[in-house]
Amino acid sequence: MSATRKRKPIATGSDWNFAVLERFDTQLASLADEYRLDTYPNQIEVITTEQMMDAYASVGMPVGYHHWSFGKQFLAVDQAYKRGQMGLAYELVINSDPCIAYLMEENTLMMQVLVMAHACYGHNSFFKGNYLFRTWTDASSIVDYLVFARRYINQCEERHGVQAVEQLLDACHALQSYGVDRYKRPSPISAEEEAKRQDERETYLQTQVNMLWRTIPGLPEGSSPLLASLHSDDDPLGLHSGGHYPSEPQENLLYFIEKNAPLLSPWQREIVRIVRKLAQYFYPQRQTQVMNEGWACFWHYTLMNRLYDDGDVDEGLMLEFLQSHAAVIYQPPFDSPHYSGINPYALGFAIFIDIKRICEAPNDEDQAWFPDIAGTPWRETLEFAMRNFKDESFIQQFLSPKVMRDHKLFLVVDDDQAETLEVAAIHNEQGYRRVRDALATQYALSVREPNIQVAEAAIRGDRSLTLHHVQDSRRPLGRSVYPVMRHLQQLWGFPVHLVSLEEGRVTRRYHWPIEDENSTA
Amino acid sequence: MTYFIDRRPNAKHKSAVNRQRFLERYRKHIKRSVEEAVNRRSITDMERGEKISIPTKDISEPVFQHGPGGARNIVSPGNKEYVAGDKISRPKGKGDGNGSGEGGASNQGEGVDEFAFTLSREEFLEFVFDGLELPHLQRKPLKSLEEVKMVRAGLSRDGVPSRISITRSMREAYARRIAMRAPIKRALKDAVEALDAEERKDSVLRNPTRITELKAEIERLEKRIAGVPFIDTYDLRYHQLSAQPQPSNQAVMFCVMDVSGSMTQNHKDIAKRFFLLLYLFLEKHYEKVELVFVRHHTAAREVNEEEFFYSRETGGTIVSSALNLVNKIIEKRYPTSQWNLYVAQASDGDNWDDDSNICRDLLIKQLMPQLQYYAYVEITPHDHQSLWQEYESVVNEFPDRFAMRQIVEAGDIYPVFRELFKRRLSQS
Repeated sequence: MSATRKRKPIATGSDWNFAVLERFDTQLASLADEYRLDTYPNQIEVITTEQMMDAYASVGMPVGYHHWSFGKQFLAVDQAYKRGQMGLAYELVINSDPCIAYLMEENTLMMQVLVMAHACYGHNSFFKGNYLFRTWTDASSIVDYLVFARRYINQCEERHGVQAVEQLLDACHALQSYGVDRYKRPSPISAEEEAKRQDERETYLQTQVNMLWRTIPGLPEGSSPLLASLHSDDDPLGLHSGGHYPSEPQENLLYFIEKNAPLLSPWQREIVRIVRKLAQYFYPQRQTQVMNEGWACFWHYTLMNRLYDDGDVDEGLMLEFLQSHAAVIYQPPFDSPHYSGINPYALGFAIFIDIKRICEAPNDEDQAWFPDIAGTPWRETLEFAMRNFKDESFIQQFLSPKVMRDHKLFLVVDDDQAETLEVAAIHNEQGYRRVRDALATQYALSVREPNIQVAEAAIRGDRSLTLHHVQDSRRPLGRSVYPVMRHLQQLWGFPVHLVSLEEGRVTRRYHWPIEDENSTA
Repeated sequence: MTYFIDRRPNAKHKSAVNRQRFLERYRKHIKRSVEEAVNRRSITDMERGEKISIPTKDISEPVFQHGPGGARNIVSPGNKEYVAGDKISRPKGKGDGNGSGEGGASNQGEGVDEFAFTLSREEFLEFVFDGLELPHLQRKPLKSLEEVKMVRAGLSRDGVPSRISITRSMREAYARRIAMRAPIKRALKDAVEALDAEERKDSVLRNPTRITELKAEIERLEKRIAGVPFIDTYDLRYHQLSAQPQPSNQAVMFCVMDVSGSMTQNHKDIAKRFFLLLYLFLEKHYEKVELVFVRHHTAAREVNEEEFFYSRETGGTIVSSALNLVNKIIEKRYPTSQWNLYVAQASDGDNWDDDSNICRDLLIKQLMPQLQYYAYVEITPHDHQSLWQEYESVVNEFPDRFAMRQIVEAGDIYPVFRELFKRRLSQS
């Protein structure tokens, strides 16, 4: 679109002030509107370097409970920043309504505008549009919930001591990636609701747990047998049906702990719940890194170019922007000393840009590979891609041969039973599909993280807990398995067993406390 | 809709609690590093924080993850020469038996074995004192010498011109001008309005006398407004000064150490820690602290810090040689009118037979009257000898300013130090 060039940019040079930022925001907002970007209201906070480091240290959460690991994070960021190994400037944005984004005071004007375009219109619209965020998070209540969580944990520290709470949090953190429901939509978290239901829940939960464990000989007499006493409403997961507890494997370890661990006190269950709820909130982010960053990069790129075309920024600012943009979407090759895996910004940006290209100017290859989208209106297609996928399916669906060629992607199979690594496929006609499948799989959380589920709680025996690790391609668990089991045992209160299974065959058993292998084998 | 919020004035150090928790959790590790640093560092080099490293494995937060082994597919960018079917020999030294070494995109921190961070100076000192089994050094205000400092103490209406507070004077003047002009301005406004009303009347009804009167009135009022003085002596405000007694801001500490054959390296380390504490203590109270190192056997010599603690020269013991030297140095370089004088002496208490009473006399007659404080530590597991006994009479003479304690092992240093400084020191 050729707009007539205005003579006067909104501002020049690298200094900024609030009036200028507001004028840029107005401009960006009207462009975003023109492109039909649907966003939450923006809350842009101007902060100092140190505040930015604070924010980084708490995963960007505007309020967080206290824990040593956030301190460690802070020190790491602080150190890296002071040594110049890391720029802080880029972005930090919170999936909340209003959507909170931070601008660092020492950024140049260009950076502020870039971050606004990237975070306030890119990420923001992603949070509001993508199905995972829509399904799993409630942007309007997260900040309230954080406030609730922080206050609750503070109270626990006062009542039960910092150390007791810290140990509990350590254990919960170790299991937090296993604290999410992958298939079931959670009820929205609301602070008000939480507070209201909390007391109720404490007592209710405890009675549930007591009822479960009442079947163990030696507990108070006259109590009714477990199964008869439970209505189906009390047991929505069907944990009690069948002679086996739980009747189905449970993937949400923290949920299982919260509901069933015999020895936890009510406040401990509540903290388990808090960690679980926060893990659930961050779960979509872990699955949409490439898409989310790609989308934000696509829009900052598009919006900045429009600002330039409309004459709102001058050449100097644009040059500075292009340099910064190029650095962000740079993908070092695998043999570079700077290589640290695939850069999600680079990959995501490349795919979105390529979708637009396929829509606007498809060639024969595109027609063959993407008959559904070649030649369609790009804005609608992009919106569809953003809304309905996660990294895994997004790559499977939209990674084009061109992007694979541009990035020179290739697939290596590393089998410890083979002498050498083998290049299984490269970016050519024979290889495209395999490379694409493999890259998509690489982003599947189920492949990135070991598949571990609760298999059985011995409610009639020694109260031990058994987990199953469903092993794939002979990939064993790492050494950290023992420290994690120690944490798990601490939560559960009784011995914990973990069995690795591949194709139904046991490959390895782990126990905590460590017992004599021979006695159980 | 966008809201801009300036958070910069908000509290910083949001992570302070978390940082504190981290330090608390790794107290042992950090303490070890700090202790090493203290032993490595010189007494005068306590100005900076300390870089601390903790092995990454000790602070990692464990999660379930894949270990090395099995078969995996890795997609990487940047292929230059490979074609499908190529075999690549395994990169060496990677991932073997190391739980975190996975190829592929998701791993960070490979090859980083140490988690390094920097303690601030305050944190560092806290750990230094913590190593001595007390978390906070109690601050004792040392009483001042004769020096006073003039400090601003509000404003007054009279004073010397050099002390005029310009802003306050101007503000007063401004207020006065507003106050003085207000009634005149009100009258002026009324007159202008009246004139206006008069002039708007039909020419037949106009009263020319009234108009002339009003015009004269307006002119008079305008003159009066212009006549309000811009600044009046009445407006002037002067900074008031008052004399405040001030701790003299420089101090010198004499570190006196016996280096006779019986003082082992262990003894010297204990002494060093003691001197270090005293130095830090003084440093909290004085802007400038100097150190003088005096070592002695049969003869005393002023030396640098390095030589003080590590020289191997040795011999018999004549304590008075050191006291004499201290006295000479004071006379020559540190007039009592300008310096707060401290002496810390470390010895195993062994002295040449006839020397101890000489020391006593020297102290009572010459040194003590000039000193703020004299701390004697005897590092010995044995019974006291003549020096200790003679010093006891010095304590009797100067109970507030002369203190002596025995140290048997490193753990005694801090308690002893604290005891030595527990009372408020008074002037002679």
